[in-house]
Amino acid sequence: MENQRWLWPCLLTTLVITSLLSVSIGPLQISPSTSFNAMVNWATGHQLAAIAPHEQLVINNVRLPRTLLALAVGATLAQCGAVMQGLFRNPLADPGIIGVSSGAALGAAICIVLFPQGSEYLVAFSAFFAGLITTLIVYRLASSPSGTSVVLLLLSGVAVAALAGAGIGVLTYMANDMALRDLTLWQMGSVAGAQWHYVVLSLIALALISWQFNKSAKALNALLLGEAEARHLGLDVDKLKLKLIILCAIGVGIAVAATGIIGFIGLVVPHLVRMMIGPDHRFLLPLSAMLGAAILVVADIGARSIVAPSELPVGLVTALLGAPFFIILLLKQRNKLV
Amino acid sequence: MMRNLELKSMLKTHKSAPALSELALAGADTNNTPLTQHKSKPDAFSHSAVQASQSVINIRDLSVHIGKKAVLTDINLEIMPGQVTALLGPNGAGKSTLLKSLCQEVALTSGEITLQNKPLAKWDRAELAKSLAVLPQHASLTFPFNVHEVVQMGLYPLTLNQQQGADLVDKQLEQVALSALKYRSYPTLSGGEKQRVQLARVLTQLAQAPSQPILFLDEPTSALDLAQQHRVLELAQSLAREQNYCVIVVLHDLNQACRYADRLVVLEQGEVVSDGAPYEALSAEVIEKVWHYKPTLVIDPKSNLPLIF
Repeated sequence: MENQRWLWPCLLTTLVITSLLSVSIGPLQISPSTSFNAMVNWATGHQLAAIAPHEQLVINNVRLPRTLLALAVGATLAQCGAVMQGLFRNPLADPGIIGVSSGAALGAAICIVLFPQGSEYLVAFSAFFAGLITTLIVYRLASSPSGTSVVLLLLSGVAVAALAGAGIGVLTYMANDMALRDLTLWQMGSVAGAQWHYVVLSLIALALISWQFNKSAKALNALLLGEAEARHLGLDVDKLKLKLIILCAIGVGIAVAATGIIGFIGLVVPHLVRMMIGPDHRFLLPLSAMLGAAILVVADIGARSIVAPSELPVGLVTALLGAPFFIILLLKQRNKLV
Repeated sequence: MMRNLELKSMLKTHKSAPALSELALAGADTNNTPLTQHKSKPDAFSHSAVQASQSVINIRDLSVHIGKKAVLTDINLEIMPGQVTALLGPNGAGKSTLLKSLCQEVALTSGEITLQNKPLAKWDRAELAKSLAVLPQHASLTFPFNVHEVVQMGLYPLTLNQQQGADLVDKQLEQVALSALKYRSYPTLSGGEKQRVQLARVLTQLAQAPSQPILFLDEPTSALDLAQQHRVLELAQSLAREQNYCVIVVLHDLNQACRYADRLVVLEQGEVVSDGAPYEALSAEVIEKVWHYKPTLVIDPKSNLPLIF
């Protein structure tokens, strides 16, 4: 409880600082104060100080959309991870691990390869739809009356990811050079080359899921007692589950369509937040969103700094950080697995 | 003490074990009015003035088949408020299924269950949750909630502001003697403490019941030590007597059932084989028939009531 009080301002400050750094750091070094002025200029049209036009251009068209996309996707993935862990009553649920991201990527890939004339919105919709189907399949495969078993959940994740991988493989084989490049990028995840319409779409999705998740926070807490117990508390469990699964599919689908598969944010962030403030979803969800956003922005700064002037896909960075964490969690769960 | 016992004719078939109902004739139960052998059922039930004559739950011709197997057959029961009704029977007798059908967790094959004269299925879920709460046999939580957070979940169907909610949670924690553990993490508790936390949660849920609260306890004592077992059942008893709760409890311990319940319903292979006041519903005959076990009965010198071994 005490942790909560300082965590809010702490995360908020971190968010502001990391965002500012993210806008400033890159091949063209811009000082944070200039970045700040440029952002104010962009947002309000009010010129605080003279800014070189090329700097303003880089910030408007490259850095700002990239940073905003990282913020939105980080917050979305972290919240979807937290909700999935609650929904599956399983601490190892994560859109990447259980195959939902792969499913969404397959949906996006189908669109890119088979309907190259289609708009980005079609790609996003297709990713959402495929993500929804995958979530439902994984949920069905892994569910038992007492929740979801870790073994079943991971195995269904493997199976679904394998299937999606095969699908993407076939599409890769069919794809032309242009689509091929897109596809490869998709599977590693990157916020480079962020486009404004995806930024807007991601922000809308983030607003929608944050609002709805927050409304369901108490119900999610009750769901952790068990489905029968939640029903006895007057919850319409089936409706709640369907709603949350659809929202997760929207969140993950749009995130994947915009950035490709960025793993482990949804797994690691809720765990970190739970360690600090406990599992109450009313606080877990918003704080996860903030931490997830901050971590993805930092990971993205890392992605473009580690091998500068070249760039790593941010999905690789999160995997490098997240996979060891996943192994630690698995070790902790080991006695439950056998 | 023995002189109080009015041991009448022993049943011919059970010479070694007198029928409990006869032993109970002189039983000076501190709470119950003494039972007489030929009292009819409705009379035997009435122990308190608070009790309304109207039943809260009505089960009519209830049958439940799971797959092709008949788990419950033609159950007819009227459950009264202000009473603790114990469901007894060996494993697989249908106690849990009966409780589950009352919670709408299994589909009824035939028959009807009404709650306050309204079919159970027609109740609004949220409305029902205010009146009916279930203490599960096991409750595991995936994530380490604090004790008071678990009890807080019982506030879900209620309309209370934050302060009222917090006060209610504190009150219920006190009732189960767990105030000291308010901020402890639930997974670190012992089985008995967990059970009491769940009980506090369930009682929180019933705090705003518009009429008689209904409480189902599914083997509430299975994880508890001796003293805790009695404490939980005493609480159930006092809720029924003082606050007119309608309590249905699944129990395995026949002595506890006799001591704390006002009415025993004995199930065997999905049918009600005996139904009545303690010591009346549980005769040595019934015990032997249902559990296939020949009980030894001893008179407890303290209470003058028979003990079943």
